[in-house]
Amino acid sequence: MSVDMNQFHTVFFEESTEHLQTMEELLLNISTDAPDPEDLNSIFRAAHSIKGGSGIFGFDALTGLTHVMETILDKARNNELDLTTDIVDVLLATTDTLGVIIQCYQDESDIDWQQIEEGKANLEAILNEDTGGSDDTPAATTEEEDGFGFFDDEPSEQVSAASANSAETTESSDDDSFGFFDDAPGSEEVTNTATVESKEASTDDDGFGFFTEPTTAQAIPDDEAFGFFTDEPKAPPAKAKPVTKKPVKPAAKQSAAKDTGSIRVDTVKIDNVVNLVGEMVITQSILSMIGQEVDGNSGEKLNATLEELSRNIREIQEATMSMRMIHVSFVFNRFPRLVRDLAKTLNKKIDLVIEGGETEVDKSMIEKLADPLTHLVRNSLDHGIEPLEKRLAAGKPEVGTVILKAEQRGGSIVISIQDDGGGLNRDKILEKAISNGLDVDESMPDEAVWQLIFAPGFSTADAVTDVSGRGVGMDVVRKNIEAIQGSIEISSTAGQGSTFTIKLPLTLAIIDGLCVSVADETYIIPLLNIIESLQPTTEQIKTLANDNVLWSRDAYWPLVSLHQQMCIPGKPKPLSESIIVLVEVGKKRYGIIVDQLLGKQQVVIKSLERHYRKVDGISGATIMGDGKVAMIIDVDNLAKTEQLSQVG
Amino acid sequence: MESVSSQEKLLAASVGESKEYLTFMLGEEQYGLAIIQVKEIRGYEPVTKIANAPDFIKGVINLRGDIVPIVDLRVKFKVSEATYNEFTIVIMLNVQDRIVGIVVDSVSDVINVTEEEVHPPPEFGVAFDSRYLDGLASVDDGLVILVNIERLITSEEIGIFDSMNQQNEGSV
Repeated sequence: MSVDMNQFHTVFFEESTEHLQTMEELLLNISTDAPDPEDLNSIFRAAHSIKGGSGIFGFDALTGLTHVMETILDKARNNELDLTTDIVDVLLATTDTLGVIIQCYQDESDIDWQQIEEGKANLEAILNEDTGGSDDTPAATTEEEDGFGFFDDEPSEQVSAASANSAETTESSDDDSFGFFDDAPGSEEVTNTATVESKEASTDDDGFGFFTEPTTAQAIPDDEAFGFFTDEPKAPPAKAKPVTKKPVKPAAKQSAAKDTGSIRVDTVKIDNVVNLVGEMVITQSILSMIGQEVDGNSGEKLNATLEELSRNIREIQEATMSMRMIHVSFVFNRFPRLVRDLAKTLNKKIDLVIEGGETEVDKSMIEKLADPLTHLVRNSLDHGIEPLEKRLAAGKPEVGTVILKAEQRGGSIVISIQDDGGGLNRDKILEKAISNGLDVDESMPDEAVWQLIFAPGFSTADAVTDVSGRGVGMDVVRKNIEAIQGSIEISSTAGQGSTFTIKLPLTLAIIDGLCVSVADETYIIPLLNIIESLQPTTEQIKTLANDNVLWSRDAYWPLVSLHQQMCIPGKPKPLSESIIVLVEVGKKRYGIIVDQLLGKQQVVIKSLERHYRKVDGISGATIMGDGKVAMIIDVDNLAKTEQLSQVG
Repeated sequence: MESVSSQEKLLAASVGESKEYLTFMLGEEQYGLAIIQVKEIRGYEPVTKIANAPDFIKGVINLRGDIVPIVDLRVKFKVSEATYNEFTIVIMLNVQDRIVGIVVDSVSDVINVTEEEVHPPPEFGVAFDSRYLDGLASVDDGLVILVNIERLITSEEIGIFDSMNQQNEGSV
């Protein structure tokens, strides 16, 4: 009987990545003076889970490294090894290496064994420094070594054994011991083979599987024996069996408690449901329209029922949307580590404060937020927070503070990165802008000056470091954020620090749009881009090089005719009878000429590229209440830059 | 869809090595396309126009939540007067995991053609370039031109697929 191991691999990779995250988080928060035993246990458990899983699947690179890691952690939690910042650093570096290895296995690419050996050597160096008293107690240790030694040496056999025995799911004494398959049904079978093979590392399972009961863990005398793995990996399989039954009860308890947790669902499935619900909303609105036409008693009943239906559908819609939402802490959690490492490199003392990590953001947005946020945080650390001497000279506390905050404000999510550093240097930015040939003048308001740093190739850093300062970046940051319908603002006070504020829509699937009409066609302009709509007076229209421009808000606005851009046949309405929608995206500001405004509406964005191809000036399509398709205008793309540059 | 597939099974069982074609009229000619690619047949409904599209791409429609392009083969191959009324037919096709609708004059029949019955296509005299043709088949009431609809729809000439995308953008 053969089992497709690949399905387990995916689960293993996912879980291992999660374990690594947990480890990193905990390692970052651990205090070296008095580490919380519970935290140490959790880190240990995570390392152990990865080791167990990798052993079963034959991912030797992982097994070796986690094994040594485990040894150190075990010593630490038994107070045999004093944690120092250096050790934590090495452990953190190891989690990075593990991440890389997992990625390699996942991509089926080549593994950098040298890196692993180095990592191992670093870890072992710690162990050798602190040999402790464990050398004297070798007898008790052999039992568990074979359990692990087995994984180390013959992973392939383990795998085949796992598949051969997969039908025998009866005895599950140690199901939870490896902990890495909490929700995969196949896991029991895989771990069970250990028992069948009678090489079960029962004693240490005791220790590992049930850390939640620290007494059990500490009561096992041979915990300290981990230090020996490296010395006697090939110890014979031995008297492990008798102890096997002991942990059964706590195991059952533990798994029962976990049942209430979550399940993994493919995002494609969720997207599918979201799509279908979108359809349902449209059908429902059509139904309501038909309902209005029915008279009499049955019409009343019908409409009452339709009302009920629409309420239910709205609730379903909210519920499905919430399925896509995940906590913003998914991105935030990477920053403590980043700040810790960076602060060290830059020789600054920085305190990172994270607020509102529980704010929920659409999953697809979270993924795209990671890069720009990383960039901004790095910037705050490198450019924002001043060097130590400067801070002290300015009478500021030695430790700089960076606050990373997320909150929901109405229909949008606001993420801000605030530092108490020197603030942006207005003169320097202006100077740089002039030398870059940008169009600036000395009297520009601060906000406009700050916006200059988003220009490509702009950096005011005196020296290019490996952290930042190359000037590639802020323009990319802005682009990335605008790609997810967001905007970014800067406020800064010299000597007191700067704040970067990112504003994002709640979800990408739905936007607020202004429905406009041109001839018989309806178009949607995203509300986010709109500054104002107005009916121009003849005095406001000026002609400049054969093009009409609009004088409004103390500026000339280039005009773009939607009629012309969308190639609608027939003659457009005269300008004086049209409506002009002033829009802004990035640095582009212009007016779109339309015939009429139809109203504001929330629209579900549908891909035009799914069955057709990309169309210039169109970002997607949507289905209106009557079932017809309307195009959504891509404000950034509608007008070519050169068309606007004349007035710019 | 269900009825098509069950019918298909029935016919396939009775005729062995044959393929089923949906025949349709374009002008005076009778054409056939592999029925396996037909998703459904609908009446023509008003479309939403797309900017910068060639005239044979009528626009897009909402097919149960999917935004689907509609190609009028009559305009593309200049075979007949393109009129749109309640009798105008749209064949919805599944092509490489996408949905595309084609407008034809009418849909006539489903026929079975065995491999031996397929003759090589003529080099000229057909609205379609011969590289889009599978061959000719004779049926009771004349000749049917068998179109390789997948090759036609994905071709650069129609230009609605991604491979064309970049080239189009380059030229625009």
